[in-house]
Amino acid sequence: MSLPVRVGTLLFAFLAVVGGAIFVVIHFLLSGPPTVDYSAGVTPDQGHVVNVVMQEDAQNTVSNHPDWVSYFIQDPKTKQWVHTTLFKVPAGSTVHMTIYGYDGCTPLRNPVWGKVSGTIGNVEYINGTPTPVLDSWDSCSVAHTFRIPGIGLNVPVASPTSLTANNNLCGTSPCDPNAAKGAATYGPHTTVTFSFKTPMTPGSYFWQCMVPCGLGYLDGFGGPMQTLGFMTGEMEVVG
Amino acid sequence: MAIDTTPGTTHPGGGTPTGAASGRAWWARPGMHTAIVGAVIGYAFGHFLGNWIAVPGPNSPATYQQIGTADANDFAIVLGYVFLVLGWLIGLGVFTDPVRLMRGRRLSDAENGNGNGKGGLARYFRFTLDHKVVGVQYLVGMLVYFCTAGLFAMAIRTELLSPTHHVFSSSTYLEIVGEHGVMMMMLMTSVILGPFGNYLVPLMIGSKRVAYPRLEALSFWLTIPAYLILLSGIPLGGFHTGWTMYAPLSVQDTSGMDAPLFAFGLMGISLVLAGFNILITVICYRAPGMRWSRIPMFVWGLLGTSVLMTLAAPILVGGMYMALTDRTIQTAYFVDQLGGSSYLYQDVFWFFGHPEVYILALPGFGIVLELLPVFTRKPLFAYKVAAAGMIGVTLLSFFVWQHHLFDSGINPDMRPLFMLTTELISIPTGFIFLVGMGTLWKAKIRFTVPMLFCLAFFWNFLIGGISGVFVSDVPADTTEHGSFFVMAHFHYTIMGGLIFAFMAGCYYWLPKMMGIRLNQTLGKWHFWLMFLGFNSTFMPLFAVGLLGQPRRVFEYQANLQTLNDWVSVSAFVLGFSILIFVFNFVWSTVVVRERETANPWNSRGLEWQVPSPPPAHNFERVPVVLSGPYEYGVKDSPPVADLSPPTGVLTAAFSGPDHLVRSEA
Amino acid sequence: MAETTQVPQAGPGEPSHGRRIFLIAIVLGIVADLLLWFVLGPHLPPGTMTNSAAENQRAIKLMAVMSAPVVVLVVTYFVYAMVVWRHREGDDEDGPPIHGNTRIQTSWIVGTTVVVLGLAVYGTAALWTANGAGAGEGPAPIFNPPGAKLTVAQQKAPWSPGQVLVVQVIGQQWRFTYRYPQFGSFETTELVLPVGTEVQFDVTSLDVIHSFWAYQLGVKADANPGVDNVAYAKPAQTGTFTVRCAELCGLWHGAMFNYGQVVTVSQFQTWASAKTIALASITRILNKCMPYNTTYDPTNFPANCRGRVLLQLGLTGSGGGFYNTGDPVQP
Repeated sequence: MSLPVRVGTLLFAFLAVVGGAIFVVIHFLLSGPPTVDYSAGVTPDQGHVVNVVMQEDAQNTVSNHPDWVSYFIQDPKTKQWVHTTLFKVPAGSTVHMTIYGYDGCTPLRNPVWGKVSGTIGNVEYINGTPTPVLDSWDSCSVAHTFRIPGIGLNVPVASPTSLTANNNLCGTSPCDPNAAKGAATYGPHTTVTFSFKTPMTPGSYFWQCMVPCGLGYLDGFGGPMQTLGFMTGEMEVVG
Repeated sequence: MAIDTTPGTTHPGGGTPTGAASGRAWWARPGMHTAIVGAVIGYAFGHFLGNWIAVPGPNSPATYQQIGTADANDFAIVLGYVFLVLGWLIGLGVFTDPVRLMRGRRLSDAENGNGNGKGGLARYFRFTLDHKVVGVQYLVGMLVYFCTAGLFAMAIRTELLSPTHHVFSSSTYLEIVGEHGVMMMMLMTSVILGPFGNYLVPLMIGSKRVAYPRLEALSFWLTIPAYLILLSGIPLGGFHTGWTMYAPLSVQDTSGMDAPLFAFGLMGISLVLAGFNILITVICYRAPGMRWSRIPMFVWGLLGTSVLMTLAAPILVGGMYMALTDRTIQTAYFVDQLGGSSYLYQDVFWFFGHPEVYILALPGFGIVLELLPVFTRKPLFAYKVAAAGMIGVTLLSFFVWQHHLFDSGINPDMRPLFMLTTELISIPTGFIFLVGMGTLWKAKIRFTVPMLFCLAFFWNFLIGGISGVFVSDVPADTTEHGSFFVMAHFHYTIMGGLIFAFMAGCYYWLPKMMGIRLNQTLGKWHFWLMFLGFNSTFMPLFAVGLLGQPRRVFEYQANLQTLNDWVSVSAFVLGFSILIFVFNFVWSTVVVRERETANPWNSRGLEWQVPSPPPAHNFERVPVVLSGPYEYGVKDSPPVADLSPPTGVLTAAFSGPDHLVRSEA
Repeated sequence: MAETTQVPQAGPGEPSHGRRIFLIAIVLGIVADLLLWFVLGPHLPPGTMTNSAAENQRAIKLMAVMSAPVVVLVVTYFVYAMVVWRHREGDDEDGPPIHGNTRIQTSWIVGTTVVVLGLAVYGTAALWTANGAGAGEGPAPIFNPPGAKLTVAQQKAPWSPGQVLVVQVIGQQWRFTYRYPQFGSFETTELVLPVGTEVQFDVTSLDVIHSFWAYQLGVKADANPGVDNVAYAKPAQTGTFTVRCAELCGLWHGAMFNYGQVVTVSQFQTWASAKTIALASITRILNKCMPYNTTYDPTNFPANCRGRVLLQLGLTGSGGGFYNTGDPVQP
């Protein structure tokens, strides 16, 4: 091949390789679920209050893994449910968290995670009743947990007592806690509320579920349990 | 009969020699394009088959409930890969010759177009029986694989610039770490044996061919699906186990995990074939006069490597297979609750894994000891000690694998034993230094680019080897295991050893393989940036590890950030130096193509006594070897070989027990 | 083959290269060793907080001191060679045809063998004297302190100062928890140890392989599911230490760490009693479902624990439904 042909081929191959690499990086490596921002417009002074609302469902109709359990977070401005597990809160503030539990129960692999810790008062309120400890084996009352190890927070999320199998009775998910009975997004659920303080130093604190709810995966800890946007996520504290 | 001695047949595999190339156009003959088609069809078929077998449904007899809850059918993915490889090989035309022979037909060279030296550029994209073509295919392939894995390494160091600000999510970071690790450890096993071994071993021992050209070519053509299958893990969700893929974590992982397990197993098959071929070639195809005491040290190194590949790689294939069955068809080899054991995986993996790292180290030793005499103009010091070192390392490497498991809870009686064997293996490794240092004594050192890389090898491997002594000691290993100290140790031995030797080999042998020279100024820039960048990257990692940073973490102690930043910036410099090399390689071979003389380094090696690039069948006549390749400075030493022995001389030269070649060509 | 000496005689006036190299190397080596032993030595990781850590540090220091002269010698040789024996312009002669030197070869082989064997002997002795030097020894450790408690019954007997303290380290994705069987088997995420007390870590896992690396304690023991991995350390100073997971265990492996404390014996006892009371409710549940044992199988908790929990797919849901009923057949 003549020189210009060789140089041309080389240039073309080089551009193809670079283009391919950039595509892989952007499309596969840098992509991820969105972050719900609870800190926007909030001044980071002491004692400020933020309300974070989440729900957990046994299945979902918004991803290519319909049988995976998943958390959803409600966007504070639009009140829409976002399929993500990443959220931002301001530093040094009090977070009042509400979690709607739609999923049925699975016993904990280590029952120690049935104890509430790290919240204000070391209790959680299940449908209004303050509860310090849940026995996930005796009463099969725990569906998932919300745990932020970095701040010592552990909250088992109760499961509705009217469910006897791990089936989401909402027709579509995310479910709607305000839906009327009979609507597609209606399902029996528990309302769990608790409060905790965010640390003063900004940083990223991961949170996870401790219940082996990754069905179909060994020990119940695979799949959604290790995929951001489903059962594990990050709380970003910004200051 | 290993060699067809029918008079007049000089082509591998027999068949009538013919001068005319096949009349068919390049796209009508099997090649990479048909292989791709075959692979796509194969994957689709395998995936369909897997779904049909495993997904519960009205027509399926299966009861794989787990697939319904996990929304993932690993069985379909793995079967897809199996048939992908089958389709790839069928499309490539690997099976046409065996099938033809089974049907009682004759092989025709014209049909295959496999006559050495014919086919132009297109033969590099085909399944060819010419070992020199396979060597070049391997060289280009290895560069692609190395650079891909290197890009992942750059991503790792980008993430580790800050312990708190994350460029990638934790999941993606683990994928990147795993891709870098598996790609390097799986493909760099053949980085020297593939290109340089396949190309040069016949030339170095005076043979016209390798023992099993089909196995050799097959070993190359398996690397491409292995590479692509490994990359396919990323769109499938990635794998999060690192290159060691410990069970039960690998059993638990999502669908992306099937990719590295399968790819590594496939590469294991490639290793067995490649190693076996070189082993038999060296044993059986040496020219008359090429005694064991005269074969080049590079060939000794590859001999050890081949033994390890042939014996250890099958265990890898077995281990990967077991992990895949655990993931797909509900066996419980590695799951403790059902009678399996996590230790089983660790033992099976490391029983291969340790010889694997010597597969990586030995060719480096071979290249460096091969090049030193040429650039010091002296014989190789203590040739027999060097050969003993290669053999010693090969044998002992099977007896040390539990040192990867010192803290795992293995039987504590085992630990002093394996500490001893691991310490002992540093003795034959030290022989390389003895020989290297002895060769430098009162030498006349020429600082060519290949020589610079050889000298750098000694520094790198010294640090790597000494740090190996640190980790072989159980009390010290308590702090070092699983930390960046181990990382620094193995990067010094593998990258500092093998890759530097690979670079030396490239600069040294490219004139032989292609008849062109690489730009020496760029070469020196490449060398200095690479040497300084490499040391600056990995030396601080010893400290980082000892100060408490474990491997494969995306967060670390805040006080280690300065060190990590220094390391990351140096890594970018190192990456840039590799870029210079790639540019130099591609520019010199494709654009500039500056012709080089037949023997620019004035080497006594047998491969340098033929034109560059070598003719179609290496030698006009099988040479008679008259002396060793390292007889520099010896007064009145005979030439290396007689390349045109008169007929009849060979019969006389056949006396003696170690002449096995009988061909009269 | 000319393996025996063929060294051409040094010409008149040619310096003795060997002696020169040796002298330079010896001086540099001694300097390096002194710096390593006296200046760097006391500051080497992982410190001296416990006897295991001190043994780790001693091993690292000793090997640094033994390897420094080797490194110095080899590097000096190479640098000397590159400077003195470089090719001079215009000289196209080959070098002297030295094929070997039996004396040098033999001394090298003997020397390296002696050094290497010595290190192996030292390593074994160090394990013996330091009760395993903090490395995990499996369920049947052979390097034990006196009074080691190796049966469940021994481990549940109440503790008093002077006895071996048993701490069970439970690894799970992605947190270590610590269980104190001698205090009623409460389980906590905090790790507090009394100074001057031999501590026995029983490390196990509930799911995948983790590794308990208590850096300043000089302890590293892998946590394997279904296996009890025992390691020992005896803290000699109070202070804080870091625990990190040292074996990749999934998504949040990099964030799997916590801090621990070594305190005085009385502070420890106060802490332990306070914890026992604070955690009484959950400890009751724990002891019913997961009574203290050296290993656990979370898919097979006792029947009296299992209340209204359904058995799905043959196992309780804590197996994740990975295996079907009877497939493979339960042992």
